[in-house]
Amino acid sequence: MTLYHYLVLSAVLFGIGMYGLLTRRNAVGILMSIELMFNSANINFVAFSRFITPNEFIGQIFSIFVITIAAAEAAVGLAIVLLIYRNYKGIEVDNINFMKW
Amino acid sequence: MFDLAFYILAVLIIGSALMVVTLRNIFHSALFLVLCLFSVAGIYILLEAEFIAAVQVLIYVGAVTILMIFAVMLTHQLTGKTIRQVNDQPVPAFLIVLSLLVLTLLALSKTAWEVASSRGVSPSATELGRALMTIYVLPFEVVSVVLLVALIGAIVISRRE
Repeated sequence: MTLYHYLVLSAVLFGIGMYGLLTRRNAVGILMSIELMFNSANINFVAFSRFITPNEFIGQIFSIFVITIAAAEAAVGLAIVLLIYRNYKGIEVDNINFMKW
Repeated sequence: MFDLAFYILAVLIIGSALMVVTLRNIFHSALFLVLCLFSVAGIYILLEAEFIAAVQVLIYVGAVTILMIFAVMLTHQLTGKTIRQVNDQPVPAFLIVLSLLVLTLLALSKTAWEVASSRGVSPSATELGRALMTIYVLPFEVVSVVLLVALIGAIVISRRE
C-alpha cells in the first residue's frame, strides 16, 4: 500500500461527507456528515505521519487534537440541536431560518 | 495480506459512509456511522498507529455515535418513520462534490510525495505521551481548555431555564 491509496480513500470519504452536509435536511444528519469529514482528515494526518515523517509522528499528535475537537464539536452541536428542537418542534434545517431576515 | 485488508476496509468505509448520507431513516444512518468509524480504526491499525486506533474506538465509536443516537432518539418522535430527508439540491451538491473530488485526485496524482524510505519502529503510546508532555505541551493544555469550555457550553445551552 502506498501513500496514494490512503489519500484517495480519504478524499472519497471527504466527498461523501460533503455531499451529506449539502443535502441533509436533518441537523443530526449534518453533524454525522461532519464527523465523516473529520475522519477523512484524520486518515490523511496519520497516513502522512506514517509515510513522510515516520520518526517524528507529528501527524498522530495532530489527529489526537482533531479527535478532541471533534468530540467537543459533537457535544456543542447536539446541545444546540436539542435546544432548537425544544423551541421549534423540528430540526429540519430548511425550516430553521430565524437568524435570517 | 495487507493489501487485501486495506481493500476490505476501504469498501466497508465507502459503503457505510454512502449509507450514512443517503439512508432515509436517520437512526439507521447512525448505526452505519458506527460501522464506518470502526473501519477507520482498522485503517489506523494498518498505518501502525495503534494508539490512535484505540482512541478512535473509545471516543468516536464509544462516545460520539452514542451521543448521536441519543440526539436522534430525543429529537425524533419519528425514528421508525421515513420522512423526506434530502433537501431540494442533491444535483448541484453532487456536481460540486464531483468537481472537488476530480480536482483533489488530479492534484494528488500530480504531486510527487517525498516518501521517507527508511523507517524506524512505529511510535508507541509511551513516545506519543512523552511528545505530548514535552514538545506539544502548550497545544495539549489549550485543547484541554477548549474541551472544558465546550462541555460547560453544552450544559449551559441545553439547560432548561
